[in-house]
Amino acid sequence: MTPSQIRDRTPTLESVPAYLDNAASIPMRPEAVEAMLPFLTERYGNPSGAHAVSREARKAVDEARDTVAHCLGARPAEIVFTGSGTEADNLAIIGAHAVRPGPTVCSAIEHHAVLHACDALGDNRLAPVGADGVVDLDRLADLLDPSVSVVSVMLANNEVGTIEPLADVAPLVRERAPEAVLHTDAVQAFSWLDVADAAASADLVAVSAHKFGGPKGVGALVVRQGVTVRPIIHGGGQERDRRSGTHNVAGIVAMAAAMRATVEQREATVARVRELRDRLAEGLLATVPGCTETGDRASKIAGNCHVSFEGVESESLLVLLDAAGVYASAGSACASGAVDPSHVLAAMGLSRAQAIGSLRLSLGPGTTDADVDLALAVIPPAVERLRAS
Amino acid sequence: MTRVLAAMSGGVDSSVAAALLVEQGHEVVGVTLRLWDNDTDAGCCSVAEIDDARRVAHVLGIDHLVWTFVDEFDAQVVAPYVAAHANGLTPNPCIECNRHLKFGRLLRRARQLGFDAVATGHHARVVDGRLLRGADPLKDQSYVLYVLGQDELRRCRFPVGPMTKAEVRAKAAALGLPTADKPDSQDVCFVTTSGGREALLASRIPLHPGRVIDTAGAEVGRVDALELVTVGQRRGLGTGGGAKRYAISVDPTAGTVVVGEAGDLLAGSVELTQLCWVNEPVEGPVQAQTSAHADAVDATLEGATVAFAEPQRRVAPGQSVVLYRGDEVLGGGIATPMLTR
Repeated sequence: MTPSQIRDRTPTLESVPAYLDNAASIPMRPEAVEAMLPFLTERYGNPSGAHAVSREARKAVDEARDTVAHCLGARPAEIVFTGSGTEADNLAIIGAHAVRPGPTVCSAIEHHAVLHACDALGDNRLAPVGADGVVDLDRLADLLDPSVSVVSVMLANNEVGTIEPLADVAPLVRERAPEAVLHTDAVQAFSWLDVADAAASADLVAVSAHKFGGPKGVGALVVRQGVTVRPIIHGGGQERDRRSGTHNVAGIVAMAAAMRATVEQREATVARVRELRDRLAEGLLATVPGCTETGDRASKIAGNCHVSFEGVESESLLVLLDAAGVYASAGSACASGAVDPSHVLAAMGLSRAQAIGSLRLSLGPGTTDADVDLALAVIPPAVERLRAS
Repeated sequence: MTRVLAAMSGGVDSSVAAALLVEQGHEVVGVTLRLWDNDTDAGCCSVAEIDDARRVAHVLGIDHLVWTFVDEFDAQVVAPYVAAHANGLTPNPCIECNRHLKFGRLLRRARQLGFDAVATGHHARVVDGRLLRGADPLKDQSYVLYVLGQDELRRCRFPVGPMTKAEVRAKAAALGLPTADKPDSQDVCFVTTSGGREALLASRIPLHPGRVIDTAGAEVGRVDALELVTVGQRRGLGTGGGAKRYAISVDPTAGTVVVGEAGDLLAGSVELTQLCWVNEPVEGPVQAQTSAHADAVDATLEGATVAFAEPQRRVAPGQSVVLYRGDEVLGGGIATPMLTR
């Protein structure tokens, strides 16, 4: 098979019938693509230089920083550009821990970027969540003491979409672990919540561009004034010595453009997608016997529909959905592309069987009525077929 | 044209198996199974192997899936393997993996998803409902497939069975498959080369020291872990120099290993349990193969007893004994412990 034949087989965005994996990534927003293109070609300067070409790039990064800061409710000097959301989480946790070592505390449903970073530091305390996927504040309080170095509670969960009560977490941390740094992973939240407000009480806030229409390979960490993180990447001292490495100018500019567009449209998008999501969830609950919804929809981000089908293995279901043009996910994808048993569902007390039968349908700004129609047409018979065989 | 699910381990045999099916015009989807997510340096199930399988799938222009059967593998292969060792047996985990995972779990799921067959890279052939040795005598893997019955045979394909290993590699090279030069895998995939069986067993069960006694009952040495002794083994029995001595039986209850001379190791027969047949049950003259790489020897099967034409080295209990007539696999069973006088 020649490369061109292979290319012909590769689905293009136009041919995607129902992309319901928006929590994994969404297509880039046109504004972001347009904004980044000049920096891939004629405006190629390294922003750290001292001549006109560099100055032009520097100006673009500065302007992007202003936008990102504004969208995240921070000052420009508080923004550190990173190479991903994962890097932002790692810089937050490992970087803050290095300044003042001690035990870390995080919720049991954190993304692996937080969970594994905390684990790597050796003394991590897991705060349990309730059956609704919301962190148990009493149990969290019990884990806090003055020795704690970093507390990390995500703003919205990537698998089940629950919104975590960060505003209630913060006072507990300030009271019981006054010297601890409070970090929040807002990677899944940004498309749906006003992060500037929702994360106002956190010292550190991580976001990732490709989740809201920017390119992959760029993220940002808010480091509030007065909070110090030690760099985890050493080199030329960019980002005020907090993250070395030549700026990804095009990516940063595109992230800012995507952020601005997301914030401008957020209210309308949330309202529209919430209706679609509700129709999808209610449609599945009504038409598929043995279908349960995970978490309380009222306390979830608008784009998340998470269900579990009794007596079905989602690994099989995904194959049928894939063939029918419904692109979804189960559990959290691991590096090999396999589906790992979800630590999130386990923490919520779902049985292994429920976890194995779980399906995440995540909607995004591009999701349409037709996508929901297709999913509702395809999923019930697919579930029935798997149960019958 | 049939829809075939090609199990792709990331090795050259299963890569070429998938390629041949594509060439034959079948609708092929590749799948790599994640069976083991603990430490391994044997390479199996690692991200690198999955990457290799996916790259081959890309070259072939077929879709590639990754499925996680870690729970089932642990319950149906690793746990019984450990339990067998705890009981002084020497199991064949690859056979149990074929029985329960590749031609059990995977075949069922393939059928559920509308596939007509599952293909693997095993060196064996299926001809008219008969299971035959692979064409390459050095690479023949029919021994680990004796657990397949007619139901399974009808729905599995072994595309490289008629080929020699050299032909498989040549084919892979001709197609430009990235796995063409990969070395063959040899070892049990969940046992690390560095830690060996001992590390795996020690992580799951207590290992017990044992007394090594001769056939008259006199203590002649000690071993650190009875669970690691295999009948037929000569080294590591703590018996020092002198005449060569072999483990001829292991009794975990009594905490003893009985050793004897080469002659004591010989046995005229072996009793099988869990007999299963590819076709109809068979009696009478057969050839029996008592380990993956042994030669098949003449024997007579009566009931569950395999009587060798010439005395043979004892079969380590727990090992599969596979029964052949010529190149045809008839079936087989698992060797039971023999009484030592």
